Amino acid sequence: MTQTHTDYRLSQLDQLEAESIHIFREVAAEFEKPVLMFSGGKDSIVMMRLAEKAFYPAKIPFPVLQVDTGYDFPEVLATRDNWVNRLGVRLIVASVEEAIRDGIVIDDGKTSRNRLQIGTLLNAIEEGGFTAAFGGGRRDEEKARAKERVYSHRDEFGQWDPKMQRPELWSLYNGRLHEGEHMRIFPISNWTELDIWDYIGREGIEIPSIYFSHQRRVFERDGMLLSESEHNPLRSGETVEERTIRFRTVGDLTLTGCVESTASTIDEIIDEVAVARVTERGATRGDDRFSEAAMEDRKKEGYF
Amino acid sequence: MATVKSEQMDLLRFATAGSVDDGKSTLIGRLLLDSKSIFEDQLEAVEATSQSRGYDYTDLALLTDGLRSEREQGITIDVAYRYFATPARKFIIADTPGHVQYTRNMVTGASTADLGLVLVDARQGLTEQSRRHAVILSLLRVPHLVLAVNKMDLVDFDQAVYEKIHAEFTAFATKLNIPDLEVIPISALAGDNVVNRSENMPWYSGPTLMHHLEHVHVASDRDLVDVRFPVQYVVRPKSDEHHDYRGYGGMVAGGVLKPGDEVVVLPSGMTSKIAGIDLFDQEIAEAFPPMSVTVRLEDDVDVSRGDMIARANNAPKPSQDIDAMICWMTNEPLRPRQKLAIKHTTRSARALVKDIQYRLDVNTLHRDQETKELGVNEIGRVQLRTTVPLLCDPYSKNRTTGSFILIDEATGVTVGAGMINSGS
Ligand SMILES: Nc1nc2c(ncn2[C@@H]2O[C@H](COP(=O)(O)OP(=O)(O)O)[C@@H](O)[C@H]2O)c(=O)[nH]1
Ligand SMILES: [Mg+2]
Repeated sequence: MTQTHTDYRLSQLDQLEAESIHIFREVAAEFEKPVLMFSGGKDSIVMMRLAEKAFYPAKIPFPVLQVDTGYDFPEVLATRDNWVNRLGVRLIVASVEEAIRDGIVIDDGKTSRNRLQIGTLLNAIEEGGFTAAFGGGRRDEEKARAKERVYSHRDEFGQWDPKMQRPELWSLYNGRLHEGEHMRIFPISNWTELDIWDYIGREGIEIPSIYFSHQRRVFERDGMLLSESEHNPLRSGETVEERTIRFRTVGDLTLTGCVESTASTIDEIIDEVAVARVTERGATRGDDRFSEAAMEDRKKEGYF
Repeated sequence: MATVKSEQMDLLRFATAGSVDDGKSTLIGRLLLDSKSIFEDQLEAVEATSQSRGYDYTDLALLTDGLRSEREQGITIDVAYRYFATPARKFIIADTPGHVQYTRNMVTGASTADLGLVLVDARQGLTEQSRRHAVILSLLRVPHLVLAVNKMDLVDFDQAVYEKIHAEFTAFATKLNIPDLEVIPISALAGDNVVNRSENMPWYSGPTLMHHLEHVHVASDRDLVDVRFPVQYVVRPKSDEHHDYRGYGGMVAGGVLKPGDEVVVLPSGMTSKIAGIDLFDQEIAEAFPPMSVTVRLEDDVDVSRGDMIARANNAPKPSQDIDAMICWMTNEPLRPRQKLAIKHTTRSARALVKDIQYRLDVNTLHRDQETKELGVNEIGRVQLRTTVPLLCDPYSKNRTTGSFILIDEATGVTVGAGMINSGS
């Protein structure tokens, strides 16, 4: 039996964990059909771990949904499969390529895969009849997210209305919905990037290998380092070279930049994050850089 | 490089309040900047915006005003959550707007706060708004209050200005329930007494704001005596390996639970003993607030979501008649005979408004017994009758078992926040 602290002190990481577990259980108890949006990135892996703990020794009582952009890193898909198999949860893959083929979203050649994910995701939520979708968004990521509720209401079109948000008090969450609406749930709202890393280190859980330093053939575009890939044809003037890098976020590999780094353990990553001078999105996400309100706009449309 | 792991830090949640232009956003920007929680790309974005608007200085407020409409109007209209950490603590700031029409947002931000930070402009002294903010924080039982007297640079760092505000506020605070009060003279813009001690105010010997935030003692604010465990979720694996496992998942709302403890399950009144307490795959020796655990009982008693585990000699009395302070949050007023959905701990029910006893003027503390309705952003004392008994405590004893929300059954929107005086 584990002896707890005699002064009844709970570290901030334990408090965050307790709060997130509370949210998972609340949703499982009150919603008919929840689903967990799993990207294979570090935030959604922490969500999986928290869900695992919330229901242990029972299995996680809802399926996991991944939006496959077709441009995902193979290392990330491998980690996804390991998690899904270990926990015995059902995996639903919503493919952007299939959504394009079925005419659910339109690929005009200019729209990024991240943006095409929105329609694909909303379609998958509607088709599955899901009433609650867990997302790994954190409030420290971005200014619009800083205002978003843990239970974030979406209308029949999947839209978020920042001016009509329900007040959210104490730990009392309001999950009421009308026909066709759903709720996005953000159980790790109060975690920071550093908390995520500390937790991954403490729990010793598997994350995709691309988060750790490795050699990769990369090229520079718009001030970002992108991975060489068949999906990412070089433009004139761009040259590929091998560098020692790691990724701070994972996503569509045509848009997700990496940073030069020799951090090859969680502790080294934590040291790096602790002194990082640029947000993870600013550094490595092409899609968030276009305007100060880019994220707010995409969220209104139904983005994660 | 050695960094303190967030695993060992503790947590302080605080809510900020102040009138428009008192410097709230600037102060938060300053705390983030001086604790090195601002990233270069964030700072560059606000520098660029400040320049494009022709400001002479970087408007730190732009760091926190997140929604497009807020940036356009230059005001804060919704609660924003901010995060920063020092080696001692992690901080979660609920940045709330100050206007009277946003009282509900302030109530929201204060509901989870350990500490309330109220700003006043030294040139203006206490205003109706600062008094209202203190009243709301005390109603929400935020145990620690800081009054930051800001813009001291604009009053020549004059001690007399500070002393006057200090005396006036202390006198006002005696009418309220504020167990711990600190009054700190600062300049958010220049940084005086925010993180670094001010050289301009040698007459001030108290703590800097950051020092106080880092050291204020919050652990003892929890109730470690009265056991309250609202059952949230019944864990039943139905697998071969854990065939007979039946556990009750929930977050401890009060007291310390230990295996072997005699407990009572409410509202049935059945008694049993705690067989074990699980935290994931570990059995633990005790559980206390705010841990999320799974409790197993020795007997096969019928327990479901919405029930509460307490001690036989120390349990809340189930009651359907609730006397509470309610903050009303929607445009259509609250009136007697109205029916609403109510959520209290893990229990959901319906409630009927039996009476609105009085409306509290949050500026003067006057109790208006004539107006039998509560408008948006108003607070009043209300009697409710619920369809099922609530397992509640006075809010003054326990902020979890003493609080509830009201939901409009037609729109599904949260329309009220309640703090229980008593149930009977
Ligand atoms: N001189 C001086 N100006 C300040 C100080 N703090 C804030 N201000 C200015 O007061 C104005 C309002 O500040 P802001 O942070 O937006 O106030 P808020 O409405 O409470 O968020 C801005 O022009 C700030 O630069 C201070 O300590 N000294
Ligand atoms: Mg402001």
